Amino acid sequence: MAESSSGELRIGVYVCHCGLNIAGTVDCDAVARFAEGLANVVISKENEYICSEPGQQLIQDDIKEHGLNRVVVASCSPRLHEPTFRRACSQAGLNPYLMEMANLREQCSWVHSSQPREATEKAKDLVKAAISRVRALEPQEEMKVPVAKSSLVIGGGVAGIQAALDLADSGYQVYLVEKKPSIGGIMAQLDKTFPTMDCSI
Amino acid sequence: MMDVGRHPRVKVLTLSEVTSVKGYVGNFDVTVHKKARLVDENECTACGICTEDCPVVMPDEFNMGLSSRKAIYIPFPQAVPSAYVINPEECLGSDPIICGKCMKACEKGCIDFDMKDREIELKVGTVIVATGMDVYDPQEMDEYGYTRYENVITSMEFERLINAGGPTKGEIIRFTDRRAPRSIAFIQCVGSRSSKKGGPYCSNICCMNTVKDTLMLKEHYPEMDVKVFYIDIMAFGKGFEDLFRRSKGEGVRYIRGLPGQIREDPDTKNLVLTVENTATNELEKHDAEMVVLSLGVKPREDAKGTQEMLTLQTTSDGFYLEAHPKLQPVDSATKGIFFAGCAESPKDIKDSVTQASASSARAMRLMNSGEITIEAITAIVNEKKCKVCGICVKVCPYNAITLDKDNKIPAHVNEAACSGCGTCAAECPTDAITMRHFTDIQIESQIDSILEEDPADKILTFACNWCSYAGADFAGVSRLQYPPQVRLIRTMCSGRVDKKFIWRAFEKGAPVVLVSGCHFGDCHYIDANHWTQKRIEKIWKRMKKLGIRKERLQLEWISAAEGVRFSGVMKKMAELKATVTSEEIEDTRRLLEKQKRGK
Ligand code: SF4
Ligand code: SF4
Ligand code: SF4
Ligand code: SF4
Repeated sequence: MAESSSGELRIGVYVCHCGLNIAGTVDCDAVARFAEGLANVVISKENEYICSEPGQQLIQDDIKEHGLNRVVVASCSPRLHEPTFRRACSQAGLNPYLMEMANLREQCSWVHSSQPREATEKAKDLVKAAISRVRALEPQEEMKVPVAKSSLVIGGGVAGIQAALDLADSGYQVYLVEKKPSIGGIMAQLDKTFPTMDCSI
Repeated sequence: MMDVGRHPRVKVLTLSEVTSVKGYVGNFDVTVHKKARLVDENECTACGICTEDCPVVMPDEFNMGLSSRKAIYIPFPQAVPSAYVINPEECLGSDPIICGKCMKACEKGCIDFDMKDREIELKVGTVIVATGMDVYDPQEMDEYGYTRYENVITSMEFERLINAGGPTKGEIIRFTDRRAPRSIAFIQCVGSRSSKKGGPYCSNICCMNTVKDTLMLKEHYPEMDVKVFYIDIMAFGKGFEDLFRRSKGEGVRYIRGLPGQIREDPDTKNLVLTVENTATNELEKHDAEMVVLSLGVKPREDAKGTQEMLTLQTTSDGFYLEAHPKLQPVDSATKGIFFAGCAESPKDIKDSVTQASASSARAMRLMNSGEITIEAITAIVNEKKCKVCGICVKVCPYNAITLDKDNKIPAHVNEAACSGCGTCAAECPTDAITMRHFTDIQIESQIDSILEEDPADKILTFACNWCSYAGADFAGVSRLQYPPQVRLIRTMCSGRVDKKFIWRAFEKGAPVVLVSGCHFGDCHYIDANHWTQKRIEKIWKRMKKLGIRKERLQLEWISAAEGVRFSGVMKKMAELKATVTSEEIEDTRRLLEKQKRGK
């Protein structure tokens, strides 16, 4: 398991306020202090906006200074900021797959806004689960694959034509596929168009 | 339009349909079915001689059937490619006894009845979905009498009439007596903003289109009495308010309220509109010699097919769903696929062009470096544990796994083709497959942690990254409240949820477990969720055998746009949890433990 492969686990936990988006409901200080007491957690901090430049810098500094080898960011949905924090970790020399997020905003503060006590308890539990997971994470190498420098544009109306031209003018090969016998779409059927009142073709 | 037809780097494929898109970002394999045009589009000079003798006369769809064309025709004068086309369903045939007149007429010999449909294979890095929209069909709106009264026309028909290149050379005429009407009434929101007929949303373009139409009318026919019946005039864009004011300045009357009914005077063929004017609260009658229905916009009829082919998602109105409404407005959730134009939502030309430029920039951003990093979430086979059973090969939606049963060569995953759904790892009977970043141990550690304290209080939910987890996020963005006992475990696909995760949860004292994923047809991994369903059904059977209430395991499909549904399901789960007693939980726990020891 991970422990043996990377020696002692050193976890850093960052609880984000997101202004009042999280901190307005969840007691972030209590969550950070709770996390501090869990096994392998070396540091646990709160931050106003952890996705901001100084926020990311904080994580990077801690990775270097405290030799963190796991990071838990308790903030918003990983669907939003997972790439942000992966990049931050990677720049600080930590494999990006050793970072895990706990979703305290979309799936806690925002949906339990009238129950601050319960929301805080849930936030602790979410952070705890993320810490359990991060302990078991392993570094991963990403694979690079070549990319075909060409685009398929489906639909030859005004949008498809514009996209095709932009891509082709920038040097990419474009295949513009249209069901009808001519491109032009609905736009071609219009005479004058608003707001300029000129012809559309 | 011409530019794109002539561009050296654009291949325009008309009469063509994309029939399959396989592969992944940077490496999509596309098949296009190109129908035979029966006219050589490179050779045809669009002289038009071929049409003269063609005996087949058909309504011209470009002019909304207001004029006619032949079976061999050019869709409209500026068409790209600038070439004629034969509609094989209408054409009588090339046999000289029956017809073949066009072939004789065309001296250049561009007409080729032996031309066959073709399958074209393409390799592309990115895909832009600019499939557009359909216009609402007002036939179901009987109260406006579109099917009964000839002088009630649609905004699309109006568009062709007022067009100088159209069937009447720009004259607005009544179909009943071929003269210009003295009065015209426009009715807004036909097929829009109604929960009963058409769509509940605002179609975005129809108000301004009508404002434009009134200005054109006033230019051609200053004396004409023009009225517009509306709910609200949506004139929010740059320069829009100006146009609206100009229209009012020209004497166009805007009346707040949609007619409840239109009647025709059988003698004059004039129309009488009954309307409750919501500005004055009076019931009014208005006469008009012509009525124009300002049609709304709806998703294309074939939108569902494109959606399934590209594993896209839609909002409840049927338009495609963007990856993030504010931060990734032109990306789809599938990497490398972008939206432009009305396929994503109704929009005007300016917004379509803006969005098209945005999506091409997003596409270039991906392709520019010539290589792309694939997330390290792929399957790996431990060859020593593999029994060469072949199950993983069967379940993989991407044909990413190969093995050789005859020669007992164990399974092997092609990493570039693996999309990381995890179905193989969940189905492998010998646990020979490890899902990177979503290993058994990693997921089990989350289950254990969540159920470590007060397990009886928790609602353990497995949610897939693309649909149900995104739906939960959407519930959050919409601030929809639900019980705080809910705990989500995110996997990329519901197909990853191994049966042993579920048994483990019950073993650890979970009162209820929910597995959730994308609706069928929406699955981000083609159809991996079918295996989820099969697996859950097997577990239900087993639960029944063991005497565990099968309701305690729920399966729900929740899309990324269904925040309301997500919070509803969570409330239902809480009610379900309330029916599970601590004895019941304890019985299950003991039963499962005994089972395990028995093994
Ligand atoms: S990381 Fe997420 S939760 Fe924190 S400030 Fe940024 S957006 Fe808000
Ligand atoms: S062969 Fe077909 S397209 Fe040609 S003239 Fe006859 S009917 Fe028209
Ligand atoms: S399912 Fe497992 S045991 Fe069967 S072939 Fe695949 S890897 Fe081997
Ligand atoms: S993880 Fe999914 S896509 Fe990858 S090999 Fe397994 S079944 Fe196929």
